Order: sequence, then structure tokens, then C-alpha cells
Amino acid sequence: MNVWIDTILIVLVLGNFLLLGSSRLAACIRVVAVQGVLLGVLTLLTHEEGVTVRILLLALVSTGVKGVVFPWLLTRALREANVRHEIEPYVGYNLSILVGTVALGVSLGLSARLPLPTQPLSSLIVPVALFSILVGLLVIVSRKKALTQVLGYLVLENGIYAFGVGLVQRAPVVVELGVLLDVFVAVFVMGIAIFHINREFDHIDTDRLATLRDWVS
Amino acid sequence: MIGPLLLVPTLAGIAAFAIQADWLRRTLLLMTAIVHTGMTAATWGVAPAPMFGGWLLLDAPGRLVLSITSVLFLAAALYTLGYLRHESQAARTDFEEGLLFANAPEASFTASLLLFLAAMTLVSCSYHFGLLWVAIEATTLASAPLIYFHRHHRSLEATWKYLLICSVGIALALLGNFFLAVAATNSEGSAVPLVLSELVQHAAQLHEAWLKAAFLLFLVGYGTKMGLAPLHTWLPDAHSEAPSVVSALLSGALLNCAFLGIIRAQQVSAAAGQAAFGQDLLTGFGLLSMAFAAVFILGQTDYKRLLAYSSVEHMGILALGVGLGGSGPFGAMLHAVNHSLTKAMLFLVAGNILTVYQSKSTTEVQGVLHVLPLSGLLWVAGFLAITGSPPFGPFLSEFTILKAALDQGRNGVAVAYLVLLAVVFVGMATAMLRMAQGAPVHGGQRMTVRKEPVLSVIPAVALGLLVLILGLYLPPALRQTIHEAAQVLK
Repeated sequence: MNVWIDTILIVLVLGNFLLLGSSRLAACIRVVAVQGVLLGVLTLLTHEEGVTVRILLLALVSTGVKGVVFPWLLTRALREANVRHEIEPYVGYNLSILVGTVALGVSLGLSARLPLPTQPLSSLIVPVALFSILVGLLVIVSRKKALTQVLGYLVLENGIYAFGVGLVQRAPVVVELGVLLDVFVAVFVMGIAIFHINREFDHIDTDRLATLRDWVS
Repeated sequence: MIGPLLLVPTLAGIAAFAIQADWLRRTLLLMTAIVHTGMTAATWGVAPAPMFGGWLLLDAPGRLVLSITSVLFLAAALYTLGYLRHESQAARTDFEEGLLFANAPEASFTASLLLFLAAMTLVSCSYHFGLLWVAIEATTLASAPLIYFHRHHRSLEATWKYLLICSVGIALALLGNFFLAVAATNSEGSAVPLVLSELVQHAAQLHEAWLKAAFLLFLVGYGTKMGLAPLHTWLPDAHSEAPSVVSALLSGALLNCAFLGIIRAQQVSAAAGQAAFGQDLLTGFGLLSMAFAAVFILGQTDYKRLLAYSSVEHMGILALGVGLGGSGPFGAMLHAVNHSLTKAMLFLVAGNILTVYQSKSTTEVQGVLHVLPLSGLLWVAGFLAITGSPPFGPFLSEFTILKAALDQGRNGVAVAYLVLLAVVFVGMATAMLRMAQGAPVHGGQRMTVRKEPVLSVIPAVALGLLVLILGLYLPPALRQTIHEAAQVLK
């Protein structure tokens, strides 16, 4: 089973690099959707000792929300806003990939130093989770489009989720579902905000959301 | 009692979406606020039974936060009644840039208010770390539509920043939850559940490094929501663009909820014998927040931003109080009460001033004492209270924290604290007193005395009286609860 877990984790890493290097928003949404589905599968694989109804429910809801609902919601927002590409991000694509590589190294180094109380199912879980978190943060601060920032938030969330399913075996399902519900509503509300930003400004570039500040220069 | 406390605002919030008649919805808002305050008051007499195997439990810090929230919500609900009556639904001109905008539908505004109350109630009685996280994130989501009530680009910008910065911050707190879960797992694979009472009881078994990392993530995550510098950047924008009554709730009630999240983390750390680690961090962040706020308060020309930065300052004082230890946590809890009441009152008065003057600039608003005698008086009293002048409540709590610093021999901290308080005093005096005094001239025209609507002054007067009473007399029941709340950090 470990082979499958490792494969999924490696695909997650590749997806993150794809996200860092791509300017096409539709492709980025698909990457995050695939990651969502893979995390659902990961939920089942990490509970190989016995897939209970609760785990199955969690995996199904998680896959449904992250793999189907979010992509649909974001694709709709994309169509409404009529944008295809992330233009002129604060950090360019090549540099983003370079920073991503450094982040991967940092994650591997960091996880080698963290002593885990129990042996995880795969030694890749912690570095991949940390890497996803760093990539999410990088995307949020380095991209201008509101939509890409939401994608960054989702990657960050995915990383945290991977850490959770990989290491914390006995997290109560109620809490997991509550977390999912919150993330769902967050993305939903952000989607509405994107819709309004687009209507108000005719674009979804957050760098032009810069009226509010303390000293007018 | 916890069940009804949670259910009443939730159901009322859902119902508010569906109700068509304005008067019915507004009555529902007020009735819910009254019932909620009544039930909260009842928890002071008889401690409510825990629910769901100890997941929901109202202890002293929770009861304190719940009571502040409930009282402020009642004041806010009263104020909202008057506010909604004067806010027309039609498109109108924005006074800052002259653009046209409309308000969000009143139904969704009222519903969000009620759901916001429900989420904050859940924060105050969550005893499970996962549930606490869910509740705090829910407060963000319920309050985001409130900030975007006036539908124009500035409030949209504020809402976007609020949503994104707080969601990312709180996502880090979620990672903190998982780190805590790892810390609670022993080498055989069995784990202490993330229920606060269990964690405190078995604190000695927690893994030290993971616990420290978890605390850091909680501090950064919930600190973002609480408005600790340098993670406070969403706060001035959200507070300045939201309707004043929402600002009052954000500053007075919401920030305390995030503070409670940090207290819970520190509770576990302290039980595990790592109190000093958290205390040093909190002291540092506290002083840093006060310094940031002081810089931005000096020369601030927007009075709602001024009040927002003052909130950053006071959140810094709360963190500092907890960080100092000794009598510090008592001072911090007391200060949470005092700050909330004072700041909520100031934001409500700011709303009254804004309605009449149609300007948020501290230089354009003059002669409030002439034009709005009662609001002007409250504005000056609020200024004295918030800067920690006697005989108001904040003086006592700020003094307690100073005393804690001196008792611990932290003279450097005490000096920095006093200097920063003095700078803030000067900054706020310049702006707020200039607004209150002077000739009542606005836009070249002399202004006459305006009649102040009853519903817009009653809540502010009530909150102001409470602040004054707390400065003169601390009821034994409240003192006891604050004492118990401070005790959990020992």
C-alpha cells in the first residue's frame, strides 16, 4: 500500500510545481482539483486497517468538495471574470519554480529534524505536507489575481489536510467535517467576493485593491 | 444551557434569511439579543452542564468572553434598529468619492449578525481544540458579509483582505491543531484527545518540541485574527469600512474570541511546564503591537482607523498582561472587559458623528460637543477611558498590568509600556479632542445642534456607564470570575 501512498504524494509535489510554473488559470484549477481527489484517496489508503463508514464519508465529502465543487465554482468565477491568464505576477514563473525547489529542500530538511512519536505510513508525508503549505503561501503572496490567491489558499489547506490524514490517525470525523465545511464556506464566500470585485472593477487584480492605507503618498 | 445558547442565535439567523417583513426581522434580532443576554446572565448563577463528553464546556475565561459578547451584542442590536431605520435601500452617493452605491439586503445583514453571534458563542464554550478552530473560522465567515454591507469598492477591498489574511492565518492555527495532536501521541501510538481538560490533565506526557511548535502556530494563527502586530494589517481596513455597529462588534467581541484561542494554547503550555516559552513570546508580541499602534495613531487622520489602531494597541496590552505572569493575567482579563465596553461605545459614537458630518477625517470634523452634545460628551469620556485615565475601568486594568511588570522586576518592560501608553495618549488626544472642540463648522457652513435619535445614544450611554462603574467598583462576582480565569494560566 505504501507504494500507492508514495505515488500520490509525488504527484502532489509535481502538481505544486505545475501550479508554480503555469500562467493558465484553467490549468491551475485542474491541478488543484486533481490534488483534491488524490487527497480523498489518500484518506482511504492511510486507514488501511479498516475503512469504517465514517472514514468513507470523510473521504467522499472531501473528494466531492475539493475535486468537484471547488473546481466548478472557480471555473464559473473564471468565466464570469473573463480572464485566462495570470499576467505579470509579482514573482515570475521561472523564479517561482526556483523558490519552489528551495522550499522543497527546506521541507525535506525540516522534516528530517522533526522527531515523530510514531513511524508514519510514509516518510514522504511530512515533507510533502510542509512543501504544499509553503507553495500555498508563495502563491498567495506572489500572484495578483484574486482567483489565483484562492488557489493558493486551497493548496495551503491541502498541505495541512495531508499532514492531518497522514499523521493524526484518530482525529474525530466530526471535527474533520467541520473543517471541511468551513473551508467550503470560505471558498464560497471568496468566490462571491471575486464576482463582486470583477463587477466593481472590471478585473480581478488585487494589486489595484490599494485604496485603503494610512498615509496617502 | 449551552444548547439553547447556541441554538437560539443559529435558528434566528437562519430564520432571518427567510423573513420578508423588516419589522419582524428587526424584532427577531432584538428578541434574540435579549434572550441571549438573559441566558448568559443565568450561567453566572448556575454553571451549565458540559455537553458532548466535555467538548462544550463553559469555564471562567469562556464565561467572561461570552458575557462581553452578549452584552455588546445587545447594545449593538439596539443600535442596529435605529441604524437600519435610517439606512435606505436605494442607491446613494458615497461621501468620500462621490460614487453611487447601495447596501446589501437587510435580511442577509441581520442574518449574518445573528450567525456571527452564534459563532462567537461557540468559540466561548468550545473545549475541544478542533471545534475551537472551526468556531473561530466560522466567525470570520459570518462577519465578512457584515463588512461588505455598503457595497462599494473600498469595503470590498477591506472584505477581501479580511477574508484572505484571516483565513490564511487561521489555516496555520489548524496546522497548530495537528502539531498538538502529534505532541499528544506517545510512542505506542495512543493519543490524548484534544479536549482541553484532558490535555491539561495529561500535560506531562506531551512532546515538548511539537508542543512548542504548536503554540507558535496558534499564536501566529489566532494572533492574526486578534490583530497582534505585524499580522494586524486587515484590522484598520475592516474596521474603517464596516458600518460602525459592526466595527464595535469586531473590536469589542471578535478580538476577544481570538484572544481566547491563544489563552487555551497557553493553558496547555503552562500545564506542560512551558509557561515561560509562551510568556516571552506574548510579551514580545504585546510590546510590538503597542509600538506599531503608537506609530500609526500619531498623525492618523481617519478617526475610525484611529480607533482600529487603538484596538491593536489594546490587544497588545492583553498579550503583554498574559505574558508577564503574576497578577498580569488578572489585569489582562479585566482589561479585556474594560476595553471591549469602551471601544464598542466609541465606535457607536463614531457612527453617530459619521452620520451627521458625513466625513471620517479628524480634521474636517469639528465641534462635536456643540452639534451632538451627548455624543460629544461620550466621545470625550471615551477618549479619557480608552487612554487609561481615572476614574474609568481601563485605568485600573492597565495599572494592574504595570504593577505586574514591576512586581516581576521587568523594569525595562514597564518603562516601554508607560512610554508607549503616553505616546498613544498624545496621539489620540490630538485627534479626538480637536474633533470634540472647536467651532461647529463643516464644509464652510455653521452647524446647528442636531437632535440625537434615542436608539443611537442609549446603547452608547449604557456602555459608557458600565465602563465608569467598573472603574469605581468591581462587583465581587466579576472579580471572582476574572480571578478564576487568570488562575487557569497558572
